[in-house]
Amino acid sequence: MAHIDENPLGPHLPLDPLPGHSSLGRLERVLRRGEFAVTTELNPPDSANPEDVYERAAIFDGWVDGINAVDASGANCHMSSVGICALLTRMGYAPIMQIACRDKNRIAIQGDVLGGAAMGVCNIMCLTGDGVQAGDQPGAKPVFDLDCMSLLETVRIMRDNSKFLSGRKLTTPPKVFLGAAINPFAPPYDFRPYRLAKKIEAGAQFVQSQYCFDVPMFREYMKKVRDLGLHEKCYILVGVGPMASAKTAKWIRSNVPGIHIPDSVIARLEGAQDQKKEGKQLCIDIINEVKEIEGVSGIHVMAYRQEEYVAEIVHDSGVLKGRQPWKREPNPVDQLVAERIERTRQGVEQNQQQMAETAAHHPH
Amino acid sequence: MADTVQKPGNAAPAKKAATGAFTPAGVSPSRRARHKYTVRLWAVRHSRFFEWFYHRFAQGFLLLHPVWKLLGYQRVERPITFVERHVKGFLFDCRMCGQCALSSTGMSCPMNCPKQLRNGPCGGVRANGNCEVEPDMPCVWVQAWKGSQNMAKGDAIMNVQKPVNQSLRETSSWLRVTAEAAAAREAAAAGKDA
Repeated sequence: MAHIDENPLGPHLPLDPLPGHSSLGRLERVLRRGEFAVTTELNPPDSANPEDVYERAAIFDGWVDGINAVDASGANCHMSSVGICALLTRMGYAPIMQIACRDKNRIAIQGDVLGGAAMGVCNIMCLTGDGVQAGDQPGAKPVFDLDCMSLLETVRIMRDNSKFLSGRKLTTPPKVFLGAAINPFAPPYDFRPYRLAKKIEAGAQFVQSQYCFDVPMFREYMKKVRDLGLHEKCYILVGVGPMASAKTAKWIRSNVPGIHIPDSVIARLEGAQDQKKEGKQLCIDIINEVKEIEGVSGIHVMAYRQEEYVAEIVHDSGVLKGRQPWKREPNPVDQLVAERIERTRQGVEQNQQQMAETAAHHPH
Repeated sequence: MADTVQKPGNAAPAKKAATGAFTPAGVSPSRRARHKYTVRLWAVRHSRFFEWFYHRFAQGFLLLHPVWKLLGYQRVERPITFVERHVKGFLFDCRMCGQCALSSTGMSCPMNCPKQLRNGPCGGVRANGNCEVEPDMPCVWVQAWKGSQNMAKGDAIMNVQKPVNQSLRETSSWLRVTAEAAAAREAAAAGKDA
């Protein structure tokens, strides 16, 4: 019998839509089945070499349900999320395409959503984006035409109503699972759960949180979220990650906006013999604590420049419970591409005069 | 973040320079001095009063609808916009987006947010409640949340706001709201007659 996440006619064929699902992707299937999901983030290369992307993605093989293709995170210039998604979907990875409102207006964003969905992107993550001052090009013009909320609503309208924001019709709507970000660790703390409610109203189906180092604070947040009943309307993935050293942690908390690291964490790292190992252990401990919190559906592992540890962290924390995520997601256009590549490989000679003749007499 | 000095703009430029990376000037392009938003913060503190006042003011404007109609909404647009820009500019640091959301944002103008967020704070708010982009400025949305707590209809902050229609910039939001309210009133009256 074919696996539940396989096309019954063959594993190489794209998945059939399930009733009530908004995408064809496996991340949505995993979450809706109630399994603990693991996502991670690909460190975008500063190069035009596709191998760089594939190398960085191969590290996660069989350990994660989705890979975030970041859109110039921290306002630093890197390969674009659309480009990374094009490369990843071609190789059968399941990317989560991030869209930040900082660099693109609504015209470009809606175009990217269609393009992404056509490439086989099943998950889109809607973000506001860091301010341009945070990155390497603070002289850039901040766009912020939409904000994360109106971006979510825009993509939801495109998917559910088959319409652009202007009302113009789409012939094929983008079938995507919609994500958003939450940060329970920044003021105004009372407003944060309501902001999640707003995001759900706007269309968020899953959310990934900012780095969680303060578990009691997160627990408090989740309590309010449960009181509002939000955990039943949306899958919450907790952001976790290893800190390379106490120095890095200190640097991050004073320089990266929105990351809250309590003093106790820094003290624990400082007191350790091997700070890198301790950072990893700390991450695993946090995962073990947050996975027990009611309403948490998964984790989002952000191991910036320590990507090789993701597999270890996922393994040691045992969150997958023996499940192995898929290494390859079939793409709807695989067949077409394969045929075309096959034809090229066979080396059928192309007689240009003959082709011109055909074109002249039979234009279509 | 208690033990750290708030650095302006570009994150850790010295560290970046040491790696050989291009490091631009360590200054955020949009920095405002404290006195620029004193009045705005005062307005947020008195959001309950401004809510009441705005409500009465809108009613008054609606009563004047026949006058606007007689003169022509087109013709009064310029002088009213002039007054609106200066009054709201003084009180709320109005940016003349032309689609005022003050009553849904605790009387804290969301267009003062460097990211122009109209639906709530971003994830970058500093632990002291200040802005990520402009470290000296209190976050517009932290203020908005405080302001909305004082207001009778503060729950309007939960509504999802539509994206800004940039073609309405520099137009009067007072006149638009009045014209829309009058049109709605007439439609209701027409519905009753029919």
